Amino acid sequence: MPKRYVSIWFRYLLTDRSARHAPQLNKVPFVLVAPERGRMMIVAANALAQKESIDAGMVLADAKAVFPTLQYKDAKPGLEMVLLHNLAEWCIRYGPVVAIDLPDGLILDATGCAHLWGGENAYLQDISNRFRRLGYYVHVAIADTIGKAWAFARFVSSGNVIDDETTMLLSLPPASLRIEHCTIERLQKLGIRQIRELVNIPRPGLRRRFGHLLLQRLDQALGQEQEFIQPVQPVEVFEERLPCLEPISTARGIEIALTRLLDTLCERLYKQQKGVRTAIFKCYRIDGKVEQIEIGTSRASHNALHLFKLFELKIDTIEPALGIELFILQAPKVDDIIIPQEKLWNGTSGLLDPGIAELIDRIEGKIGPGHIHRYLPAEHHWPERSIKPATSLDDTPLIPWRTDKPRPIQLLPVPEKIAVTAPIPDYPPMQFNYKGKLHKVAKADGPERIEREWWIDKGLHRDYYVVENEQGQRYWLFRLGHYDEEEKPEWYVHGFFA
Amino acid sequence: MQANTSHIDQSIDSDKKALLAQLQKAILPLQGIRNPLQTHAVENGLGAINDAFPNGTFPLGAVHEFVSTGAESFAATSGFIAGLTSGIINNNGIVVWVSTSRTAFPLAFQHFDIAPEKIIFIDLKKEKDALWVVEETLKCEHVAAVVGEIQQMDFNQSRRLQLAVEKSRVTGFIIRKDAKKITPSACVTRWQIQSLSSELPNNMPGVGFPRWQVELLKVRNGKPGAWTIEWSAGQFRMIEKELQTVSLSTIQTKERYA
Repeated sequence: MPKRYVSIWFRYLLTDRSARHAPQLNKVPFVLVAPERGRMMIVAANALAQKESIDAGMVLADAKAVFPTLQYKDAKPGLEMVLLHNLAEWCIRYGPVVAIDLPDGLILDATGCAHLWGGENAYLQDISNRFRRLGYYVHVAIADTIGKAWAFARFVSSGNVIDDETTMLLSLPPASLRIEHCTIERLQKLGIRQIRELVNIPRPGLRRRFGHLLLQRLDQALGQEQEFIQPVQPVEVFEERLPCLEPISTARGIEIALTRLLDTLCERLYKQQKGVRTAIFKCYRIDGKVEQIEIGTSRASHNALHLFKLFELKIDTIEPALGIELFILQAPKVDDIIIPQEKLWNGTSGLLDPGIAELIDRIEGKIGPGHIHRYLPAEHHWPERSIKPATSLDDTPLIPWRTDKPRPIQLLPVPEKIAVTAPIPDYPPMQFNYKGKLHKVAKADGPERIEREWWIDKGLHRDYYVVENEQGQRYWLFRLGHYDEEEKPEWYVHGFFA
Repeated sequence: MQANTSHIDQSIDSDKKALLAQLQKAILPLQGIRNPLQTHAVENGLGAINDAFPNGTFPLGAVHEFVSTGAESFAATSGFIAGLTSGIINNNGIVVWVSTSRTAFPLAFQHFDIAPEKIIFIDLKKEKDALWVVEETLKCEHVAAVVGEIQQMDFNQSRRLQLAVEKSRVTGFIIRKDAKKITPSACVTRWQIQSLSSELPNNMPGVGFPRWQVELLKVRNGKPGAWTIEWSAGQFRMIEKELQTVSLSTIQTKERYA
């Protein structure tokens, strides 16, 4: 999946914060000041103050000369860090990985998140609307690298998804590259107004004049170099390592390593009431190759013995060659565990029994997924669609099973055509020929008409008959459609009753 | 004097009989038939069939083999097994159905008092995998019953299954779909089920409750026999009360039901 990043820029972070507590400040020019070298310097100004060309970096006395009724307050040092941290935690609602981008922004890893809001435009809209309701004026932008998202939020501010991101970036000024102020000034002096002009300059020259940072930022923005963000709430990794002094090359040695890793991992999981859904066991060989085996469970489990059994089936596929020096056990997918109520005596607890889940894991581990089925009733009267596969062991039927109509215990996946002798218009057949054998019908029930579900597929209805031949064998036959003047309907056998 | 010796003979005879019966009982667990006190019995109207088994109860925690000759007889067999299973699962047990070419329709199990969502179907491609899965599920004591559709199984494989259930006490039903390839097996019983014409009371028209000719071809330490049984109102119903312990060759189904 291609990476997507959202950059949120708080245009007036500190003044918006003050205005949240005193809404009247929104209507007048307002600044935050801090003492610096014996004078009061403006550190943040709101939108109205900026309109009066009062901005951060001015001396308060100068600003008051421009605008005598200017409102001001003392700024708390280090407030923006605390503020951004809180906002970042609030932003986890939009995606699990949120990072602080000092001094006045947030970066979100939005990969695979936007569709939950119905597309990227709606996603951005929702973010900026919600912040606006909180009282923060924000610019948001989404792009495939952090650098682009940062630049678009600050220099494009359309609030929409940009179609051709690279072209757009190339047309932006160099200041959009997150570089130092003095570098921006020097670039301006050289007459470089767009990033496009920067790209065409030979790299060694750029490095000599402006240092490594400019090139790095350029590469990061264009996606040629990967950039990592530090999430405010790190996603906890369930991973255990076991380095070995001597290289391990025997199956027994691998088993011991695996048991140890599983024991420590399961203890951690147990404490957090979590269980493994998938686990990867990696073996780093001396010759630099990595051997790995993977297991999956149908229900979260922190039972080390059970997990070991699942791995055991695959241990012999590990090729140790000269030896393994490092074992790593990862659990990329974990789930919460529902601790079952303990029972006073040993009864069967049905599908909730962990033993059943473990059995299914063992079978799936050996023969692969997609072989194990369980069925629930579906709200369809068409026989083939009257059952649907259950997705997990915890699924319970939402509607009761129907028992009012006879259904055969063996149902052919595809109905088989038969030749019949049947009185018209809608009597059961007197005899039929199935697999080269003539069956004389002794008893019959029916018809049970099952109409096609026209909203799903088109075709003729079926008239089902339960018939019993002279030997007592019971069949489920149907006639496709009516008898009419031109065409004779076809007959099929669809199942066998017990 | 003579009367005295005959009396002694008699007492020796009865002693011998008691001893033999005792020994016979001691052999049973070794043959895979458990003491009924250790397991609960199937209570769904098997009636006279129970008498054919040692200890007078249907052996649970054992592997039963069913011979099926075609699609129709297979349906009858699965119906009979479903009836037996409904007595075993005790409302909440899990049934595992292993097959390589499954046609069983879950919806119909509701008619045999088994909640279809309690059946786990395992559909495999290879016969070898099917045997492995049957053995593995039979080893798992959390399962109530296992039904396996198996084409071919040699004696050693059946012995493995029997050993698995002796530990876990799961009841296994193996349906042998290819009647021609039946070889000796270590299963406790061998059955053959055929459909019979159903009958409705007062000769009413229409198809009645499922009715079968149940033949117990082989049973270890028991008496083979044949019965006519019907599944109605959630339990088996014996149609003819007489127990046929005569050898199977004399039973001519076709003559009686033609």
